[in-house]
Amino acid sequence: MDSTAPEPGSRASSHSQEIVHWQPSALEQSRRKIRSEQNRKNILIATASSVLVLGTLLTILVTSPGFESLSDTFFAWAYGVEILPKVILGFTTNIMLTIIAGTCVSIFGLILALTRTSRSPALTPFRILATIYVDVFRGVPMLLIILLVGFGIPALRLPGFTKNVLILGTTAVVITYSAYVAEVLRSGILTVHPSQRAAARSLGLSNFQTLRHVVLPQALRRVTPPLLNDLVALIKDTGLVSILGVTDAVRAAQISTSRSFNYTPYVMAAILFLMVTVPLTRFTDRTMRRAIERQNAQGLA
Amino acid sequence: MSTPVLEVSGLRKSFGKDVVLQEISFKVPVHTATVFIGSSGSGKSTLLRCINLLDGIDDGVINLDGEEISDPRIDADKVRRKLGMVFQSFNLFPHMSVIDNITLSPIRVQGVSKDEARSKAEELLSRFDLLEKADQFPDRLSGGQQQRVAIIRSLALKPRLLLLDEVTSALDPVLVNEVLSTVRDLKHEGMTMVIATHEMGFAKQVADEVCFLHQGRIVEFGPPNEVLENPSDARTKDFLKRVHEAGRL
Repeated sequence: MDSTAPEPGSRASSHSQEIVHWQPSALEQSRRKIRSEQNRKNILIATASSVLVLGTLLTILVTSPGFESLSDTFFAWAYGVEILPKVILGFTTNIMLTIIAGTCVSIFGLILALTRTSRSPALTPFRILATIYVDVFRGVPMLLIILLVGFGIPALRLPGFTKNVLILGTTAVVITYSAYVAEVLRSGILTVHPSQRAAARSLGLSNFQTLRHVVLPQALRRVTPPLLNDLVALIKDTGLVSILGVTDAVRAAQISTSRSFNYTPYVMAAILFLMVTVPLTRFTDRTMRRAIERQNAQGLA
Repeated sequence: MSTPVLEVSGLRKSFGKDVVLQEISFKVPVHTATVFIGSSGSGKSTLLRCINLLDGIDDGVINLDGEEISDPRIDADKVRRKLGMVFQSFNLFPHMSVIDNITLSPIRVQGVSKDEARSKAEELLSRFDLLEKADQFPDRLSGGQQQRVAIIRSLALKPRLLLLDEVTSALDPVLVNEVLSTVRDLKHEGMTMVIATHEMGFAKQVADEVCFLHQGRIVEFGPPNEVLENPSDARTKDFLKRVHEAGRL
């Protein structure tokens, strides 16, 4: 072993110089040829199998006896373009709802998660309440919550309470999603190793400072992919408030459909949702892959 | 004689039925280093965690600069500001650069301005030849560098007492040296320290007093050449013999 081994940092520069002069050996060159051949073969196989499978599915669909009438009721593009502005207008409600609900959910979910993970004796009743809250609202279908809040609260006829279905619908979404997000955040907080807390406390940081500067930043980084997942789900689920009569994309499509008995508006609404959720899903996948790579790199260190 | 920086008397600590420390008494005068040796599980780390108030104690008294810090009414955060602690597993904050790791506590706890904290941290880093790593993240550093940054981080609050918990145990033999020489430098500068270690050669160089901990008790203590070269207790002899056989003396 080299007894005067330099530090990894100083080694890097001399290393990169070596690479400049390095030529692959004859053996390595022949290996590369084999590898690129294998690679070409793999691409060929992937293409052939994709064409075969997707082509078969498409053929079955197009040659099916009912395809023409299905195409007329679901894919009447001219009609679709005609009602598109109405559906888009409705879709802006979904986007607005997502932004407002998303913001409220982040705040409320974080409060719930912090309450559940706190150890302060003064917070004991809140810890119990938060646990019950999460258990209940994670275990009930969101549709039920929307119906209960949307029709239940106005039925109480309490003075000062709103009857605006948009606000009630958003409230119901926030109630449910806060429970989901709180659990994601809590799992993130719990995965930060106790030694990090010990190090922070031994530097004189208070419990709150430790949470704010050491635990939460690490926890949030770890749960970013599942949080993005929840955001995608939230965008879709804002469509559920249409049952209260909120004119969102789903409701706008429903109105057009009920007039024309043509289902193309639903397809248009679906396309609008996909235009937002697909890029976000791709982004989530990429974030997740990076998080995993980062974790593995740390494992090697 | 002036008040010792740290004075522990009759300390007892148990986890459930397991008694990990008992009848622990010792003093650490200013500018001296007390080194604890003993096999794994003898209670060295627990003792340091108790002094730092990370673990509560079951009996006894811990005095820091003559003030009793084992009193349950004491503000633990305030006490910890006077103590620096370095861990076996470094415990740097992975989401912060080296400089942010070091300046976090001065800025948040002492209320030092960002610029001042940074310039002081840079001063410390350059003293220990780590200035070029200031803006790197911990995962880009070697184990030895990480541990030296952890030591610097604990120095940034100008502690009265430094607690070092087996700071070289997670390092390979080449890196052990750079960390130990950092600790030796601190000793020369007059830092008061309590050290838990498995490095007997290092203990000999740096200790003013060596305590041998066995099953939660101090069985032998005294100047390093006495305890390490000429132990009187059979258990110390046995321990040192085994360390010697393992080639660590």
